[in-house]
Amino acid sequence: MAVEASPPLHRASMRGGRREAGVALLFLSPALLGFLVFFLWPTLRGFYLSLTEYSLLQPPEFIGLGNYQELVKDPQFWNSLKVTLEYVFINIGLQTTLALGLAVLLHRLTASTLLRGVVLLPYLIANVVVALLWYWMADYNLGVLNQVLGWLHISPIAFFGDSNLAIPTIAFVNVWRHLGYTALLIFAGLQTIPKDVYEAASMDGATEWQTFRRITMPLLRPVLFLVLMLTVIGSWQIFDTVAVTTRGGPVNATRVIQYYIYDRAFTRYDFGYASALSVVLFFILAGVAFAQFRLMRADESDLG
Amino acid sequence: MTNLAEAPAQAAAAPPTHRADAGAPRISVGRVLAWVVLILFILITLFPFYWMLRTALSNNRTLFAHSSSWLPVDFTWGAFKRVLGLSSFAEAQAEGGSGGSIQFWLYLRNSIIVSTAITVGQVFFSALAAYAFARLRWPGRDKVFFLFLCALMVPPIFTMLPNFVLVKDLGLLNTFPGIVAPYFFMTPFAVFFLRQFFLGVNREIEEAAMLDGAGHLTLFFRIILPLSSAPITTLGILTFINAWNEYFWPSLVGQEENVRVLTVALSIFKSQTPQGTPDWAGLMAGTLVAAVPVILLFLAFGRRIVNSIQFSGIK
Repeated sequence: MAVEASPPLHRASMRGGRREAGVALLFLSPALLGFLVFFLWPTLRGFYLSLTEYSLLQPPEFIGLGNYQELVKDPQFWNSLKVTLEYVFINIGLQTTLALGLAVLLHRLTASTLLRGVVLLPYLIANVVVALLWYWMADYNLGVLNQVLGWLHISPIAFFGDSNLAIPTIAFVNVWRHLGYTALLIFAGLQTIPKDVYEAASMDGATEWQTFRRITMPLLRPVLFLVLMLTVIGSWQIFDTVAVTTRGGPVNATRVIQYYIYDRAFTRYDFGYASALSVVLFFILAGVAFAQFRLMRADESDLG
Repeated sequence: MTNLAEAPAQAAAAPPTHRADAGAPRISVGRVLAWVVLILFILITLFPFYWMLRTALSNNRTLFAHSSSWLPVDFTWGAFKRVLGLSSFAEAQAEGGSGGSIQFWLYLRNSIIVSTAITVGQVFFSALAAYAFARLRWPGRDKVFFLFLCALMVPPIFTMLPNFVLVKDLGLLNTFPGIVAPYFFMTPFAVFFLRQFFLGVNREIEEAAMLDGAGHLTLFFRIILPLSSAPITTLGILTFINAWNEYFWPSLVGQEENVRVLTVALSIFKSQTPQGTPDWAGLMAGTLVAAVPVILLFLAFGRRIVNSIQFSGIK
């Protein structure tokens, strides 16, 4: 930032620095209170609770790594990981591909802010609203999706009720909600590519497809990594849609990890075990972020 | 969905003679196809909103007989009256509602209270903190800021369990302070976002004011806040929408009717509706009540919201 390079203020002496410490505390204290009480302390406490047995009724009892030993042998935990991975894979794969297409279309066809606003609209609507809306549209008996299938002489499909389709359906619902947001992030990246690169390509007689393959994609790669970093981490934390539609079912087909944590904590009052599960989720997300960061570094933009 | 990627390719498939007259506007088959795909995207985006409205204006009892009608079935305001607690038991039953009392006015009020309190508190306190990070010199400043940033990495569920225990121990379950507290004082994102803007504000005006003897409170309220009103408004809108849409936390600490927010109310309404004959019209009327304030904000501030997304993308 240019401002940081500007000459220091008149009061930037040590004396001034000490005087400002008092003022700083005044400005900082509400946020600091919130940070200590609702971010730092619960983070530390979460790690501690994962080492205890705790039913909320009695004080937590320290049991060392007991929860983690149980976790390794818990088929429900492994199932939740598998289901979540399946969700992330479908959700991110579909979403990124479609968003890339949408962003390129918007970039090449129109400068309309209105259109960009319209595609963003679903992202601003609550998860719960979006989930219920699609739950209705995908209803087995009356949903509009099955009406359309009926005209095509396809027998109705239980989108949320079939254990093979429930996860893809939920993944699709969230693709619908996040598509415009992801597309706008990519669109912002597209705008940073200088126009003269495209002009040069067009002078050389490059086709649209060649331009996309040889120019847009390579220059967009760092932005795509950034977008993936944001969306993958968000995708791992799928909860609301499951909580208001399938509630983990049919059987365990949609019992994603965050729903399993919720289940252990608030229907079985097993707070210690639930905390151990969240610690695992925490490390998975940190690992995902770290891996993506390394990949991004190894793959800087050719625009340099 | 591969045809998406092929759409631009189609443009290339136009005969090469086209490229010769470079000056003329290209109305190629490919370009038309690309527009068709884009319009398809827009339709898929907007259709569910129409369907929500169409269902909410239908009579739930006759909805079953005409489920493929593209217009509201047997047009009625009944579903809205039902969820807003304005229709009698008999009226609700006649149109296929459960007849149970549903108080969406109350939940709407609760959502407004919670979201407003979170927005005002979070933006104001985060702005104060951002000022301390951007403008004041004090020992350990950069370390504390780094710690704040680290909190961005912690997944919300991780702090939610201990926070639930804390709120319960404080006796704040099913109270507004309990629902609002974790988001009231700051979020790392808000502090980070505002600090970036404050760093960009020109210091010359502040230096002049300081020479006139202005203190930091004066500088903050009279110079920094007014000069940053645009990003502060943007942050306020985003914070409000997030608070409005939040489901997980209020579902843990705010189940009771007097503090129940709309998202929680909707999930309860859905789970209480009879399995055999769900009140779809009522449910869609409820989702519309929950979605309309955000849609209004969007209509008023759409451009600002779109630009802020692009800002966070570019960083």
